Amino acid sequence: MSNPKPEIIDESGDKYKYGFVTDIEADTAPKGLNPDIIRLISEKKGEPTWLLDYRLKAFEFWQTMKEPSWAKLSYDKIDYQDLYYYSAPKQKAAPKSLAEVDPELLETYAKLGIPLKEQEALAGVVAVDAVFDSVSVATTYRAKLAEQGIIFCSISEAVKEHPDLVREYLGSVVPYTDNFFACLNSAVFTDGSFVYIPKGVRCPMELSTYFRINAKNTGQFERTLIIADDESYVSYLEGCTAPQRDENQLHAAIVEIVVKKDAEVKYSTVQNWYPGDKDGKGGVYNFVTKRAACRGENAKISWTQVETGSAVTWKYPSCVLQGDNSVGEFYSVAITNNRQQADTGTKMIHIGKNTTSKIISKGISAGFSNQTYRGLVRVGPKAANARNYSQCDSLLIGQNCGSHTVPYVENRNKTAVIEHEATTSKISDEQLFYCLQRGIGEEEAVSLIVNGFCKEVMQHLPMEFAIEAAKLINISLEGSVG
Amino acid sequence: MTKTPLLEIEDLHAGVCDREIIKGFNLTVNEGEVHAIMGPNGAGKSTLSNIICGKPGYEITSGSIRFKGKDLTAMSPEERAREGIFLCMQYPVEIPGVPTTTFLKHAVNAIRKHQELPELDTMEFVKLVREEGKKLGIDNEMIKRPVNVGFSGGEKKRLETLQMSILKPALSILDEADSGLDIDALKVVADGVNALRDGKRSMLVITHYQRLLNYVVPDFVHVYADGRIVKSGDKSLALELEEKGYAEFVKEK
Repeated sequence: MSNPKPEIIDESGDKYKYGFVTDIEADTAPKGLNPDIIRLISEKKGEPTWLLDYRLKAFEFWQTMKEPSWAKLSYDKIDYQDLYYYSAPKQKAAPKSLAEVDPELLETYAKLGIPLKEQEALAGVVAVDAVFDSVSVATTYRAKLAEQGIIFCSISEAVKEHPDLVREYLGSVVPYTDNFFACLNSAVFTDGSFVYIPKGVRCPMELSTYFRINAKNTGQFERTLIIADDESYVSYLEGCTAPQRDENQLHAAIVEIVVKKDAEVKYSTVQNWYPGDKDGKGGVYNFVTKRAACRGENAKISWTQVETGSAVTWKYPSCVLQGDNSVGEFYSVAITNNRQQADTGTKMIHIGKNTTSKIISKGISAGFSNQTYRGLVRVGPKAANARNYSQCDSLLIGQNCGSHTVPYVENRNKTAVIEHEATTSKISDEQLFYCLQRGIGEEEAVSLIVNGFCKEVMQHLPMEFAIEAAKLINISLEGSVG
Repeated sequence: MTKTPLLEIEDLHAGVCDREIIKGFNLTVNEGEVHAIMGPNGAGKSTLSNIICGKPGYEITSGSIRFKGKDLTAMSPEERAREGIFLCMQYPVEIPGVPTTTFLKHAVNAIRKHQELPELDTMEFVKLVREEGKKLGIDNEMIKRPVNVGFSGGEKKRLETLQMSILKPALSILDEADSGLDIDALKVVADGVNALRDGKRSMLVITHYQRLLNYVVPDFVHVYADGRIVKSGDKSLALELEEKGYAEFVKEK
């Protein structure tokens, strides 16, 4: 631990990644989790005491918790003392040109239609700066955002520059006591994004569109905090359609969103982490807690997710509808192939009067994969005239996959109206033959049919994201027919 | 004038799960010819068209099918379609969420690619669809809807006809194209088929009644019963059949 050089990976890109070659060992903490490791993380990030205390309290609580086992997932037991919680960026030598990059990866980039320059950055051939001139791009846009009082930075930066905001809201939607994985994240989170939209401001751009590469995942314990003040609007894009070759198997992120009176937040995710190989070896375990609180009247939160990656997914983006007339929406496409497992859905918690929620979930299972939709609709005693509409459709491809729907409904107000529709279907031989008979090849036919099946969700994605996401769906299903 | 055979079926025996449905079927369709195959319900007419198109689930036990001189049975269903076989289906299936135009564009370009022609861009494609649609009196709104979803019986057949007009197959197989159609819709189908008659393209019209044959006049009529052709003749045979019924012909054999 001698001479630890503080390296802050800021949102303008991990540009130090390949410049940072000296004394790697010194910046990797030993395996395992204990208060000393947490102190080290906090110290390296130059955090104030209150945050260290928060982490330590979380850690203490975490030790009393048990890993949940109710999800329909099976994976090898995780040894939490056998993981690194703080380590320097991977020290692998960067490839010198695209010729040195795994051809399979390049093929996927090409299929996604990612421009060559961006491919180079994603594969780590060139620093991000070389592509977007990221410093100027980042600064230009940050300046533009700052003019309107919008804050968009890494959470580490926010802790330093906007401590009051972070302190007020961190853990206010997802307290560290919430669940096992959220608690772990609260103790050891390394970085993530921070967004603040002031009162009455409509964010002029999709946040992170221009930062697609720059803002790529900041490690396995990511922490995102978004605050939309009264009458504001923001659309936030998380993730990247390009495959992420991540060495970390365990991911436990938290996304917290606070939506105030008359404000609206649209949060879109495309998740394409390494799903493991055909036999289910390797792959990311993704245990995410995402929650938005609609704290004021007429607040609106809309989650849209396209989940195609990870070996194991445990994820329930939720809406806490506190303000009267607040609205929660959840649009989801989840695709599992080979041996992937996903247990995903949402929670709609109706607290305020006249609150409405909508759930549209489309699950596609192929290969030997297993998928569960798990959703909760809870209407509290004061949520007069609450309304929920849920629609869960599953599509099975092949004979060996599984699909399950587990809706929970808890209603404590007799004026509430709750509707649930669910269907399970297969791509019929008739549909497939119809396409083939018109000259369309089998894989193209399946992707057409699947894209049709997901259309209701895909149309909620921002335009440029939607095009890539559609291609991603095709790639995820490759080899699933025939 | 020498005739070039397009489709040649020789002594075909085929069926489903050990049950023989086609029992020694012979037919040669030359370029430019329109053949009608008429037969009673349950004679295996749909089986015949499905087998020609390569629909999975059927087994050919003996005999051969050649198309443009090539062994058709060795080709996948999509290869057969790209080679120029089009099946105008009796019950076209719904594909939710897929706009008809998108579906059509995929089909057109799959076939163009096979023919080593450049793929059509959106502008060229839209123009083509509009032109062909106009000829058939097909409303532009219809093709913006998802494939066959919520289409009436007549609309489904119009869409089949539109696809046939756009894809311009060498061989069109019409499987009970007239079933459940009113006279107007029937005329649309017939007009579409007749527009493709250019002395080179061929048609196989499989039908139960001779009604459609008033509009699509065949060069040859075959009576099909118990898995094979029992009598062949010209268009007058259809009328004779209508008058006497199938029983007469099945007996004759």
